[in-house]
Amino acid sequence: MTAPPVPGAAVTTRGLRRTFGSIVAVADLTLDIGTGEVFGLLGPNGSGKTTTIRMLCGLIEPTAGTAVVAGIDVTRAPDQVRDRIGYMSQRFGLYEDLTVAENLDFYGEVYGLRGAAQAVRSGEVVQFLGLGNRLSQLTGELSGGWKQRVALGCALLHRPAVLFLDEPTAGVDPAARRSFWAAIGDIAAHGTTVIVTTHYMDEAERCGRLGMMSGGHLIALGTPADVARQVGGDHGTLEDAFIRLQERDER
Amino acid sequence: MMRHLRPMMRKEFIQMRRDRLTLAIMVAIPVVQLLLFGYAIQTDVRHIPTVVFDDSRTPESRDVVAAFENTGNFAIVARVPSRAAVDDAIAEGVAQAGIVVPHDYPQALVDGRTALVQVIVDAEDPLSSQSALAAAAGVGEVRNLSLLTRIAGRRVLPLEVRVRPRYNPGLRSAVFIVPGLVGVILTLTLVLVTAMAIVRERERGTLEQLIVTPISRTELMIGKITPYVAVGLVQMTTVLFLGRLVFDVPLTGSLVLLYGVTLIFIVASLAFGLFISTLVKTQAQAIQASFFFVLPNILLSGFMFPRAAMPLAARLIGLALPLTYFLKILRGILLKGVGVSALWPEIAALAAFGVLLMTLAVRRFHKTLD
Repeated sequence: MTAPPVPGAAVTTRGLRRTFGSIVAVADLTLDIGTGEVFGLLGPNGSGKTTTIRMLCGLIEPTAGTAVVAGIDVTRAPDQVRDRIGYMSQRFGLYEDLTVAENLDFYGEVYGLRGAAQAVRSGEVVQFLGLGNRLSQLTGELSGGWKQRVALGCALLHRPAVLFLDEPTAGVDPAARRSFWAAIGDIAAHGTTVIVTTHYMDEAERCGRLGMMSGGHLIALGTPADVARQVGGDHGTLEDAFIRLQERDER
Repeated sequence: MMRHLRPMMRKEFIQMRRDRLTLAIMVAIPVVQLLLFGYAIQTDVRHIPTVVFDDSRTPESRDVVAAFENTGNFAIVARVPSRAAVDDAIAEGVAQAGIVVPHDYPQALVDGRTALVQVIVDAEDPLSSQSALAAAAGVGEVRNLSLLTRIAGRRVLPLEVRVRPRYNPGLRSAVFIVPGLVGVILTLTLVLVTAMAIVRERERGTLEQLIVTPISRTELMIGKITPYVAVGLVQMTTVLFLGRLVFDVPLTGSLVLLYGVTLIFIVASLAFGLFISTLVKTQAQAIQASFFFVLPNILLSGFMFPRAAMPLAARLIGLALPLTYFLKILRGILLKGVGVSALWPEIAALAAFGVLLMTLAVRRFHKTLD
């Protein structure tokens, strides 16, 4: 548990813990995530995925333990990590009464982009996510899939070292999910570490490594095949593992 | 370091512009309130419906009834045949006052006895009965004096007190109410609007996305309130302009000073709204908390009811309200034309409120979700 941080890791946690009253949401999480990984956090509702991500983003304070994200100790200097991370919350968090372009401008400027540099970067993101035809539309009028693409765009503008996506494809149709994951693959290929929570098995299969959480504990860690074996037995699939876990948690 | 202020302000301006209904309400409120308070609220009660029982029916009795009528406070609506009918008329609400002239009124005057005229007033509403009581007493005194002077054989009165009402010589309610209305409207709309500001972002889920960005608490707060500073200034200009146009409310003092002080008051009100915003969890709670704050402002600040008449506890509460100071400044500048030298304690108090409330709001707001 007191293992030294792995050099060059994007995220390193040691004994990270968060309680809400008597409920232990995350229990002593120790984890290293390498730069450029697509790391999936898998687990039933209430297993501690969102709390973990929120602690890593400095949105909630850990009860104990440390977390170093992109070289910054978030438990000590949560304000310094904000420039280096991108975050998409579980609930759509952009302004629905602003147009797509206005949201991109707002987040670009809030992340410190200005003038020509902002225009260039904005153009890149718009092109990468195919937002060109949507720019003047009010964000609230977009479908779920498009909203998620705009939210991803806003989280990418400042070229974050680590990107946190909390159930990014909840309520999105399969075709939009597929193209969203293609974008995630591209982002990671350019060196950005992506940490994503999901309960879709097909999405979990696309992650380089998975951490499976249950009742606040990390109960399995490794490639999707490793995790399936660790939880579901030799011939188990990831889905079997997940359902078994959920049934156990509900009992 | 305020480099994130600009996007925040621009975002708020765009959102404000798009929320047409709220914007319309904020502009309509000053106009509606001004007309409402200016026309409807008259604290000087005149033309009280009055019934008369004249049991003597002589030139002398008609003379004394006319004296009452001439004050303008009594409007004679009926003449009734008995003392009991006077009471009935007041009980039924037909009249709020009754004048009774007894049968022997002219004879008493001739005999040198004290002649009696009775005025019965429905004192249910102290405010409206007060001017009737005062007017009745006045009629009695004036008539006494003229009778005595005649008996004493003098041509002029031995003493006359000349009262000169300054700053509002016509004693018009509008002149008193309209400057105060600037303060009340600013308090009402700005506190409410900003009280909703943070909690709305929290409810919509946009706050979570915003607080993972590098924007600081101070930038977030200042960016939120800036567009409403403009709204406040527009509201104030509307009230002053219409007040001048419709109610002929004077603009005696320095406009520059007036706008300067109003700016301080606006910031204090907005900061208070933000402070509420950090205390509550939902927009509904924000509305309730705002009204909880606005009501004492209207009642205890001296907007409608004189603070001098209040018990100590109410006066002390009034001292804790920014509006109390602002009203004194507004009336001082608009009606009396006085400047900084006379108003600096109030201006300093307002500035202190602004700094204190803004600091409290920023302190209370944490860039975390729990």
